[in-house]
Amino acid sequence: MTYNRPLEFEKDYLELKNRLEDLRKYALQKNLNLDSEIEALETRVSKLKEERYRSLTAWQVYQIARHQDRPFTLDYIDAIFQDFVELHGDRCYGDDPAVVGGLAWFEGIPVTVIGHQKGKDTNQNIRRNFGMSHPEGYRKACRLMSQAEKFKRPLICFIDTPGAYPGTGAEERGQAWAISQDLVQMSQLQSPIISLVIGEGGSGGALAMGVADRVLMLSYAVYSVISPHGCASILLNDVSRSEEIAGNLKMTAPDLLRLGVIDEIIPEPLEGAHRDHEKTYQVVKERIGFHLRELTGRDPADLVEQRYRRLRQIGLQPS
Amino acid sequence: MLKDKLGFKSRSKYVTLPPRQESKPDTPGQQGERCPHCGSLPPVEDEARRLMVCPECGYHFPMGAWERIQLITDEDSFVEFDAGMSSRDILGFPGYVEKLDCARQKTGLNEAVVTGRAAIYGEEVALGVMDSRFMMGSMGLVVGEKITRAFETARECKLPVIMFTASGGARMQEGMISLMQMAKTSAAVSRFSNSGLLYISVLTHPTTGGVTASFATLGDIVLAEPGATIGFAGARVIEQTIRQKLPSDFQKSEFLLDHGMIDLIVNREELKGFLYKMLRFHKGRKV
Repeated sequence: MTYNRPLEFEKDYLELKNRLEDLRKYALQKNLNLDSEIEALETRVSKLKEERYRSLTAWQVYQIARHQDRPFTLDYIDAIFQDFVELHGDRCYGDDPAVVGGLAWFEGIPVTVIGHQKGKDTNQNIRRNFGMSHPEGYRKACRLMSQAEKFKRPLICFIDTPGAYPGTGAEERGQAWAISQDLVQMSQLQSPIISLVIGEGGSGGALAMGVADRVLMLSYAVYSVISPHGCASILLNDVSRSEEIAGNLKMTAPDLLRLGVIDEIIPEPLEGAHRDHEKTYQVVKERIGFHLRELTGRDPADLVEQRYRRLRQIGLQPS
Repeated sequence: MLKDKLGFKSRSKYVTLPPRQESKPDTPGQQGERCPHCGSLPPVEDEARRLMVCPECGYHFPMGAWERIQLITDEDSFVEFDAGMSSRDILGFPGYVEKLDCARQKTGLNEAVVTGRAAIYGEEVALGVMDSRFMMGSMGLVVGEKITRAFETARECKLPVIMFTASGGARMQEGMISLMQMAKTSAAVSRFSNSGLLYISVLTHPTTGGVTASFATLGDIVLAEPGATIGFAGARVIEQTIRQKLPSDFQKSEFLLDHGMIDLIVNREELKGFLYKMLRFHKGRKV
């Protein structure tokens, strides 16, 4: 396993892990028997690792959720679906690379899949606008949603965005209008919808793909009304308190499950999806399959009614 | 019942209002606040004060919910829905309880929206009026719930809906619960809309963030008051992102009309008459 771009809280245990590797090499080189020392160190490393990951703060989860090496939407599509055909454009103004969508097979079923797309490096991120969509992205999504309904395909949405892009062009072309249209489209769509928060669920831009029959969330993903920075800046006028605010916002999967905002947590490998893509794909695929089977064949009107009931009771149930 | 604890009353029980509201309006004249647009002294004439429009330049001062209701609806026709519904600190967010108390005291309101049914020159409507003085008109669970119930009640009673929006967006102190109000209100609008009834939204200063990106922009007819700031992202956030100063007309009603985002800008003075005209259109009769 490679440990590119270690996070702050990982540093001490990764250093210990490196020392363990050095010790192993040294023992091999000098032909010494250091088995008991190595074993002791191994136990310490894995204990520390366990401790670190079992007691993550919201701020630390937020760092993992935004990690550059996490699988993004197109990675999941490649790994889990077959024969993906990307469809482009909103038929009004342009094609937004911050949102991808199209047709694919999932375990022999044709589906429509849509998601925010971040970039793997600076160049890609410039093209993808860091996964921050303009109205064109939401309008493309809206178009593909209604297409899914027409052809009775289930809709699968991957959420991974810092938020809708706050820029002049986006405002001129009706960012708010594009998002509210998606909310309506999803709330009325006569096809099963599964939304997965795979990384960063940033505010209205995330919700524009999040009105679903099942909302699933990876264990180290976040979903928030506002970024910790934004909140600290507006409420406290002090960005340096973002870390503290992150905890208050209740943006992690266990908190949101408790609040009834999401339906299920998909467990990531202990060290996060970015450290083991394959394992992550396996479990994500299994959970999509499970829920898809559950939702397939339901009466469309009933689906829409249940989706409304689901939204209707959020925040009203005892927490 | 938890619902009782939250102060949610069963929906059929409407509350009739006492004749005089405790609301403390920021009437420009009362506070001696000069017109922020032209700097002239606050309006003193009765009519200008009632409309809260600067007699010199026509600037529309932000208006409290009850002043708006008084201006738009027929006398004594307004019956409030869910008057006792008030917010609680769902997440245990530091300082939220104090902010709510402060907003309640300052405005005399229970929350940032007042909903109910009323008549406009005799035409029955369901109405929602937001008040930006209450925590910037932000939408939390109770605001979303009151708006959703207004649409549900209107659907049952076959009434048209008019919403006056004024909001800074989602209520951060309620975290994701507040974000979900965007989805809930939008879903309620579309169910309402599917039953063939009319929804007019009137965007007033300021309407931004999660409210703009949900029920505010979903009207069959979307109106705005002159000079209102309407948009998704706040101007400060945009300026920080693009590292440029924004032109002064950016995100104003007139800018949005130019860009095809709203149907019409209507002066406050003509608003009641205009709404009546639109209501009559949808009853298939002439004015």
